[in-house]
Amino acid sequence: MGLRQTPSQTVGPFFSKALLREGWNDLAAHGAAGQSIAITGRVLDGDGAPVPDALLELWQANAAGRYDHPDDVRDTPLDPQFSGFGRAGTDAQGRFRFRTIKPGPVPGAGTSLQAPHINVSVFARGLLKRLVTRIYFPDEPLNANDPVLNSLPDTTRRATLIARPVEGESKSDLSFDLVLQGDNETIFFDV
Amino acid sequence: MTTRIHYTREDAGAHPSNAQATYASTLKRAPQQALIRLEQTLSEITGPRFGREHLSAADADLSRWNGGEALGERILVTGRVLDEDARPICETFIEIWQANAAGRYAHDVDQHDAPLDPHFCGVGRMMTDEHGVYRFLTVKPGAYPWRNHHNAWRPQHIHFSLFGPSFATRLVTQMYFPGDPLLALDPIFNSIPDMDARQRLVAAFDIDVTMPEYALGYRFDLVLRGRDATPMEA
Repeated sequence: MGLRQTPSQTVGPFFSKALLREGWNDLAAHGAAGQSIAITGRVLDGDGAPVPDALLELWQANAAGRYDHPDDVRDTPLDPQFSGFGRAGTDAQGRFRFRTIKPGPVPGAGTSLQAPHINVSVFARGLLKRLVTRIYFPDEPLNANDPVLNSLPDTTRRATLIARPVEGESKSDLSFDLVLQGDNETIFFDV
Repeated sequence: MTTRIHYTREDAGAHPSNAQATYASTLKRAPQQALIRLEQTLSEITGPRFGREHLSAADADLSRWNGGEALGERILVTGRVLDEDARPICETFIEIWQANAAGRYAHDVDQHDAPLDPHFCGVGRMMTDEHGVYRFLTVKPGAYPWRNHHNAWRPQHIHFSLFGPSFATRLVTQMYFPGDPLLALDPIFNSIPDMDARQRLVAAFDIDVTMPEYALGYRFDLVLRGRDATPMEA
């Protein structure tokens, strides 16, 4: 390695005009194939208080389980209407909202298969580097064999990675809260 | 079996940990549990890509807005985006944002008692070219106070957001200016463990980048995580 990595710094509180754009929280806006879903939730701090200035980014495979990227060289079909990237900020109550489609399963390490999941980056004032987590789906049989879910040392925290159905809403309405600190702290990954 | 690329891990000396006693906003926001290390899979070695179709030349010129020229010291900021093996990262999306010359952001949350500039929006975006080069024309941002501690001031800085080739290479950072006396006092800059790593966030004044009779030039290269040479079986 000839060069050293550039350090990370916080996104700060003033990113919204630069980084948020109309429609970026709707990954399915162009009519992607697959099961349409809405994911709403809140970002909460160690006191359970809303984080009103967080930035969330999603990265996911399409409904067939293919990433729109040259290093995903499998012949699983691409969806020309789906790029897999989304971005949203939180509002004054710490709330965010995405619309997307449920991704298909994707290969994991070795010969394993990963259950459908969405990769999430979290940035905020007070975070000097991004946090990475994943959103998994409730009532998904493949969760039982997912290599990441099964590798977690603390099974009680596994639930922090699984979205919940929104009570009284359709099956496609999911809720996922991100707890940055404290009891019920979301599992964050080193990738 | 095929061999799949993967990326180097975070350089521990370069990146701050999220828990920093001197940076008050971290206290309730930094996770307390250890991160779970993930083996890199397709989910991490792929990542979003962006086209040029939504970009215009004006997106790389912050020095004018709303039909007029921004106040302040005009500067050209340019550099290359590279990986750890010094390979240029081409066609990657860069977004920047900054305060105006008076140290005020065009943002509702910024209540600093300094004037807004109707001709400065403080937002830029562009793609690196085939050599990994980017180039923004802007004005030098002002320092501004923040409430982290008594008499706290942020050094002059420009925020940078970069994607690189994968989810693993995503980076958000800040570029600082050489000789700024506030750097030594800034808990965000000083959260970086290694002294030499901190210096990598300080742009270099460059007379060869400077545009005669027009704008001072600064050079700022960014290095994202590179490909790990160790093959991974998949």
